[in-house]
Amino acid sequence: MNFELLTQLIINGLIVGLLYGVIGMCFVLVYKSTQIVNFAQGEFLLIGAWVCWASLIYLELPFFLGFLLSLLFMAGFGVLLQMIVLRPMIGEPIISVIMVTIGLSIFFQSLMKWIFGVSPQSYPQVFDTQSISIMGLNIEMAYLMSTVIALIIMVAFYLFFKHSKHGLAMRATAFDQQVSQSLGISVKHVFAMSWGIAATVSATAGIVIGMVNGVSDSLSIMGIKVFPAVILGGLDSIVGAIVGGIIIGVLENVAEFFDSQYLHIGNMYDIAPFYVLLIILWFKPYGLFGTQDIERI
Amino acid sequence: MSSLTMRPCGDFRTSYKQDNTIFETKTIRWVTIFTIIALCFAPLVVDGYFITLLIQISYLGIAALGLNILVGYTGQISLGHGAFFGFGAFASAWLNTSFNIPVFLCIPLAGFLTMGVGMMFGAPAARIKGLYLAIATLASQFIIEDFFARADWFSGGSSGSMAEPVSLFGFAFDTDQSFYYVALFSLVFMFIWGCNLMRSRDGRAFVAVRDHYLSAEIMGVKLNKYRLLSFGISSFYAGIGGALYAHYLGYVSAEGFTIMMSIQFLAMIIIGGLGSIKGTLMGVIFMVFLPEVLESGVGVMKMTDWGNIPMVVDGLAYIKEMAIGLVIIGFLIFEPEGLAHRWAQIKNYWKFYPFAY
Repeated sequence: MNFELLTQLIINGLIVGLLYGVIGMCFVLVYKSTQIVNFAQGEFLLIGAWVCWASLIYLELPFFLGFLLSLLFMAGFGVLLQMIVLRPMIGEPIISVIMVTIGLSIFFQSLMKWIFGVSPQSYPQVFDTQSISIMGLNIEMAYLMSTVIALIIMVAFYLFFKHSKHGLAMRATAFDQQVSQSLGISVKHVFAMSWGIAATVSATAGIVIGMVNGVSDSLSIMGIKVFPAVILGGLDSIVGAIVGGIIIGVLENVAEFFDSQYLHIGNMYDIAPFYVLLIILWFKPYGLFGTQDIERI
Repeated sequence: MSSLTMRPCGDFRTSYKQDNTIFETKTIRWVTIFTIIALCFAPLVVDGYFITLLIQISYLGIAALGLNILVGYTGQISLGHGAFFGFGAFASAWLNTSFNIPVFLCIPLAGFLTMGVGMMFGAPAARIKGLYLAIATLASQFIIEDFFARADWFSGGSSGSMAEPVSLFGFAFDTDQSFYYVALFSLVFMFIWGCNLMRSRDGRAFVAVRDHYLSAEIMGVKLNKYRLLSFGISSFYAGIGGALYAHYLGYVSAEGFTIMMSIQFLAMIIIGGLGSIKGTLMGVIFMVFLPEVLESGVGVMKMTDWGNIPMVVDGLAYIKEMAIGLVIIGFLIFEPEGLAHRWAQIKNYWKFYPFAY
């Protein structure tokens, strides 16, 4: 058994898992406050990464300016999307809502392909050193940065929901829409805000992944890979999304390890999370931290 | 009553038999029969390209009807229909080449095999619903797709597998014109079967499960049984559609049956109208003709001076995909009940003309 490779893979899994956790958090945020399952989550990553890339290449901005610009753009984009497309869908059956986000996903995915082409593009060099070694393990600088950014986002989420007025309003809306509306919370604003936040934070994750792997169409797959994570954690639990994200991230790397060393089935990295997903849905449909639905007639 | 030529303005039906007829009026029945007869003569009149489109409508229509039984009538969501369609295609080719079963028997057998697989993956439906089910079927889409890529004995792996044309009593339906009759027959047969299913006890149970599953259970409808049955029937339809597709093209490769195909099936039934058999066909026709119309539109634009924009001409493939996304969003926002509902409204408008209601 190759322990060094296994440790390296587990650490990679933790880092990627944190990013899954961040994307999962956005997903849960949108689901909790607006009851919409966002199948277009991956496209937020994709659009954010491409906008940042375009602002670095065509506008020749320095990295952090381009980064901020694309975050601003995505915040506006998320709010507009909610106002134009998703507001008319309030109160529609679940299949319609799912299909609208799937439609958005197809639309933006092919729009991005049309505008930017299908070949992966890489960001200009951001860091001087490619990788540093901590305790004998090589860790890429971009990975390290992604971990730091993911942790910052998680702390920011915590502070926002715990200590700010808007965060409180969002939690109240998630708890009970009618009551919070009658207490003077603008549910409309909360909906728009949650989409804005989700788009911005997903775009951050997209840019970070883009720095490591290059920007390409495959970023939108992250939006689908986040499903196993959020289902494992429970669809309406933010903590669950983070825990689920880390578990799935580690799991796919470990599956890859055992596959390459012993099983030789191939493609386990991509497919193992979906087997896990089916198993969870069989035995514990509401995940580790989710609340169980109780229905009354 | 059943011999009416026009539908009356109110609901005057007095017996269950009248409530259960396939065709509401005599006119509709005759129009349907004449349309089918006219379609039989289509290969003599229209050119070959149009025939390929009609064949496409047939096999996609069969699969889409299956999805509509599941989504529109039973209220379960499936994002894995494209994979089941592909499974039917591979299963039929596999049965034919490995066991030398004649092709016209392979097609229904492939349907039953797909039914088994569909029920296996639909089994979580007994426990979960709505959103969770959507995600579970999404997982099954990826798992089946992965299976196609790796199961060399079944699908031929990356090289794909060959499928012989349909033959019956020594006559091979290997041209577009002759296969058209196989496709048309299957379409008509499966649609009549679908109509009759919805008139039966099981069909009514499906609708009850969709409308209020708790009430249905209290009324004595076995929820698990009907949810699973609905998955099975839907996969059966997908398998038949897929098998026809395989024997029409003569070659099946794993690349085609992606999540995009599943989404296209969902788009067809949403555009046509959830829970409407007539609507299913309308949706399929719409989705088959949409890329054709776009293509000829761009073709016309290319001729003119102002329209020959290289970006549009080169990006046609992307524009087609974007159009699918836009059409889904547009229909859900502006016409959530689909073309079938719009058609009913147009009919009502003329029935009450010149009054508004």
